Amino acid sequence: MNGNESKQVSANSVSSVVKAKVSPLGYPTNLLVGEQTFETVNQTIGSVVLQDRQPRPWWIGFTVAFALLMVFFFAVAWLLIRGVGIWGVNIPVAWGFAIVNFVWWIGIAHAGTFISAILLLMFQHWRTAINRFAEAMTLFAIACAGLFPLLHLGRPWVFYWLLPYPDTMGMWPQFRSPLVWDVFAVGTYFTVSLLFWFLGLIPDLATVRDRARKNWQKIFYGVLALGWRNSAAHWQRHQIAYLLLAGLATPLVLSVHSVVSLDFAVAQVPGWHSTMFPPYFVAGAIYSGFAMVLTIVIPVRKIYRLENLITLRHFNNMANVMLVTGLIVAYGYFIEAFMSWYSGDIFDQYMMTNRAFGPYGWIFWALMFFNVLVPQALWSARIRRNLVALFLVALAINLGMWIERFVIVVTSLHRDFVPSSWGMFFPTVWDWATLFGSIGLFLTLLFLFVRFLPMIAISESRELVAEPQKATTA
Amino acid sequence: MSDKNLFGLAAEFQTHDELFRAAEKAFAVGYRKMDGFAPFPIEGLADALGKKNRIPLLVLLGGIIGGAGAYYMQWYANMVSYPINIGGRPMHSWPSFIPITFELTVLCAGLTAFFGALASSGLPRPYHPMFNLPDFERASQDRFFLCIETRDPAFDPARTREFLESLQPLRVAEVPK
Repeated sequence: MNGNESKQVSANSVSSVVKAKVSPLGYPTNLLVGEQTFETVNQTIGSVVLQDRQPRPWWIGFTVAFALLMVFFFAVAWLLIRGVGIWGVNIPVAWGFAIVNFVWWIGIAHAGTFISAILLLMFQHWRTAINRFAEAMTLFAIACAGLFPLLHLGRPWVFYWLLPYPDTMGMWPQFRSPLVWDVFAVGTYFTVSLLFWFLGLIPDLATVRDRARKNWQKIFYGVLALGWRNSAAHWQRHQIAYLLLAGLATPLVLSVHSVVSLDFAVAQVPGWHSTMFPPYFVAGAIYSGFAMVLTIVIPVRKIYRLENLITLRHFNNMANVMLVTGLIVAYGYFIEAFMSWYSGDIFDQYMMTNRAFGPYGWIFWALMFFNVLVPQALWSARIRRNLVALFLVALAINLGMWIERFVIVVTSLHRDFVPSSWGMFFPTVWDWATLFGSIGLFLTLLFLFVRFLPMIAISESRELVAEPQKATTA
Repeated sequence: MSDKNLFGLAAEFQTHDELFRAAEKAFAVGYRKMDGFAPFPIEGLADALGKKNRIPLLVLLGGIIGGAGAYYMQWYANMVSYPINIGGRPMHSWPSFIPITFELTVLCAGLTAFFGALASSGLPRPYHPMFNLPDFERASQDRFFLCIETRDPAFDPARTREFLESLQPLRVAEVPK
């Protein structure tokens, strides 16, 4: 353009050298530990994908995950043969593990979107090291989540009846039902997460394609990269689409768990019929999702020696998010109890007493322990930076959030208005097999992901590297 | 190399600042059919090269179509195609139509953003002359390129090369077709 503007550019780069904490693109340069260059970033992340031999822990983990996946297939096959009767569900507890697992998985998914979309919009650049990973986790968790309501249908092979299409029966789905809203919410969530994830992957797939030595790698990554050329026009459209998808995903993630909570809140059952559910569910979702991110990232960072890219600062920040959302969840438990007392409704009051002191009371107190008490350890900065402790806290929260959904689903249903219709729910071996099998599905996909796709956003890491002193050499 | 077999001339730079300044100068000199290549998005580079994008508008339209379509579908199903009176409740119970309307707005906008970004970049496209440029694989790793295409009216093999050399790149190379 004119000399005036180019003068401005160089003036900017000089001032950023003086500050030396912010890259020319406005990123803090202290995010990455050590002297990182474009090449070290490309190498650290790209080599995991391109090297032939995977570290031993990968094989051990993959074997266990794959074995669990086989358990899942077995349990699902048996379910398709015999029907939902193989599970412990019956009247009055018709929503057993299937719905507990559904809500648990969909909640786990939410942290991925939170990290990748909401933190992107809030310019939290520390997310760069973990966002790709979290997005993959989202995708696989939604896949697990989506299966459960389908398997719970009774006749899963006619699941497409849930969709509005011109069928010969002349029927429509009941659009006023939260269960149908779920179909749209989860379907949209999966699709948008997939697009967001893949759009972010394209430039990195191009990097891997360009570094590949073997023919199959060149073809595999070349096809996936769709011919990406890193052109300014590509980047321009990529960036705007990525930002727009983030903007779309943000209200979407809030809507999805709100819709899931409406499955309960719209019903009349005491313990479910509450206006507090949507925000309380969303906070719980982010809480459990961050716990799952930590559960996975801590070992992966160790196995693949990613200490320079995923730093203690990341763990500290994630622990802080868990602490905050955990407190919101704890507040939710408190208000739930308070409102059932304050409402003066005897069914609601009984539900609360029964929840804490009834036949499932011990599970409620386990929930309080894992979800309210244990996370208070995160107030300590030493714990937030101690990865073993943090890993244990994250595991406790994963467990606690599963228990929370169990408490909500089962203790509310098993004793409602009429004592003659009370009953108990006991999971069968097939309930457990499907739950652990779904963890196998999740982990198998995750292990394949870290093996075959760049697990940290390479192009975004390069942005962090683009350091000011290079500008002055021009 | 004859002009016919030439896609353009490319200059290779070491930093994004050099590329950015080169792009600004090239635009100021009057080149239009050109493109910059960088391993990460450089803010303002596309604007400096005169690249336009209409994705936000497309996404808005996609969202509006998705939302309006979703609401219409629910209204049509409950009012026209299969009206069923349950306990005298209103047929057109709009609040319960909102969640699906919202979800399909987001879905259609998201699909438009993704496919719009790909289509407007001409992707997927497995082959492109730029890949013939030696060293071009570093565009996705650590190098920055500016390519001026032969189809630019201002392109002249000798003068364009001279202009690119004046930008002090690492080197200038021909991009065969």
